[in-house]
Amino acid sequence: MNIAKLTIPAVRDGLLGKQFSAVELTTEALRFAQAENPKTNAYLTFSDQRALAAAARVDAQIAAGQPLGPLAGVPIAVKDVIVTKDVKTTCASKILSNYIPPYDSTAVERLEAAGGILLGKANCDEFAMGSSNENSAFGPVRNPVALDRVPGGSSGGSAAAVAQGTAVVSLGSDTGGSIRQPASFCGCVGVTPTYGRVSRYGLVAFASSLDHIGPVSRPVADSATLLGAIAGRDPRDATSASQPVPDYAALLGDSVQGLKLGLPKEYFSNLAPETGDRIMAGVEVLKKLGCAVSELSLPHTEYAIATYYILCTAELSANLSRFDGARYGVRSPNSQTLSDMYKNTRGEGFGAEVKRRIMLGAYVLSHGYYDAFYRKAQKVRRLLTEDFTNAFQQVDALITPVSPFPAFKIGEKVNDPIQMYLSDIYTITGSLAGVPCMSVPCGTTAEGLPVGMQILTKHFAEDVMFRLAHQYEKAGGFTA
Amino acid sequence: MKLTEENVRYVASLANLTLSEQEIHQYTADLSGILSHMEKLNELDTSQIEPMTQVLFAGQENDSLREDIEHTPLSNEVALANAPLAAAGYFKVPKVIER
Repeated sequence: MNIAKLTIPAVRDGLLGKQFSAVELTTEALRFAQAENPKTNAYLTFSDQRALAAAARVDAQIAAGQPLGPLAGVPIAVKDVIVTKDVKTTCASKILSNYIPPYDSTAVERLEAAGGILLGKANCDEFAMGSSNENSAFGPVRNPVALDRVPGGSSGGSAAAVAQGTAVVSLGSDTGGSIRQPASFCGCVGVTPTYGRVSRYGLVAFASSLDHIGPVSRPVADSATLLGAIAGRDPRDATSASQPVPDYAALLGDSVQGLKLGLPKEYFSNLAPETGDRIMAGVEVLKKLGCAVSELSLPHTEYAIATYYILCTAELSANLSRFDGARYGVRSPNSQTLSDMYKNTRGEGFGAEVKRRIMLGAYVLSHGYYDAFYRKAQKVRRLLTEDFTNAFQQVDALITPVSPFPAFKIGEKVNDPIQMYLSDIYTITGSLAGVPCMSVPCGTTAEGLPVGMQILTKHFAEDVMFRLAHQYEKAGGFTA
Repeated sequence: MKLTEENVRYVASLANLTLSEQEIHQYTADLSGILSHMEKLNELDTSQIEPMTQVLFAGQENDSLREDIEHTPLSNEVALANAPLAAAGYFKVPKVIER
């Protein structure tokens, strides 16, 4: 068994074929992940006890001849913005560096109910704010493909662990590209499902109208299986969708012949040359599979970044007001008044990027600016969403790059927030519209840096998206 | 859009953030730059567009309501387990009322 290359079906076969028990596999997965972690800093916390207890339950099911869940025995990393009962959840922030949640997120509850093994908590940008994983209070994550480069962000640890082989699959969270962009930088599959497809209960809120939980994996099929296990209505998240969840993994083999694909011209104008070449080579593969490809326009794309950074900062400045040092987290020790306690706790506990965004959000919501910024952005969000509605009347899916360029060097963009924000251009639009979108590996640059192709479909058409990605993966041979 | 350091101090007080002089200086420059980029939205006439306040909601009006079923909330002990300071079953904070 090569632990770094395991897939969900391989784990299942190994368990049912008695090649290893779930406890044996978990023990080895923990040992391997802990030995490899210093290279990338992908994990912040390992949950040995919880992992071994979950594995023992799977072994007991096997011994009793009971049916196994779809994730039985699968070692999984979970981004540290998703709460885990009795396992430290820091959001990669100093302000929550000692926080032990008293409850589980719905996503984690469901993945364990499906037999999944929580190996540990993945590093990320502080409160999921960043595009390079350099904003973690516990040090940056390094890209396992090229250790002097960023893994992308904010789910950098989730992508790095899967690329490094220290988890079979992982959960990330995506607000403006935070699953897809790191997946593309690390050469894995990363999926942002339809808004509301996965419950946000227990996902520490960043921007509630944009936050998504989603899977990262090596083969497409593993993301399909993981999403199927965690998706669905949850009474504890009023925005979670009640639509039935299809068996995504079972539908992967269906033909993609005759599907209509659109290339939005706004996404191809400003790319690193090799990124453009790889995407167009990917499009050729899809054509060979029988897809019809045409160019189209999403005319409001150029307004997406401004819209996104107004809405997300407004929402996060409100959401992060709960971190006040009163009930949990790290309190600043030397304050005489309650007001000073709030201000000092937040001033000392939040990192530079989080404070910058809280300030921006407070500004765009402040008296006299609400209509000019926040309300204006809500209107433009509708225009951006209508771009997608119109496009999906013509085509079944859109094909675009994930990022304008491959993974950059650690430190290269850290002092220029606007440049960092602009790098999210191709992922932000799908987040604003709430449509499902994913990154699938489509080869590497001459230097060996992975390039990701983005596939977007209409709301709740994850099955079409997965099928295209899977058929492409088989034909293109780019499984990590 | 050009912000002054005074604007930034005011916003910091709204946001309950203690900032150093260096941070005030840095955020004045950063916010001015970012807000200038955001003014790009003014190129669009949105006078006839309804603001998008909800992402998508294809279900029935009552779909987000759940059954009113009793459940056990977090116990006092568990709720206080992460408190920086607790006493007599309560969160303890600096006093807010003069005696």
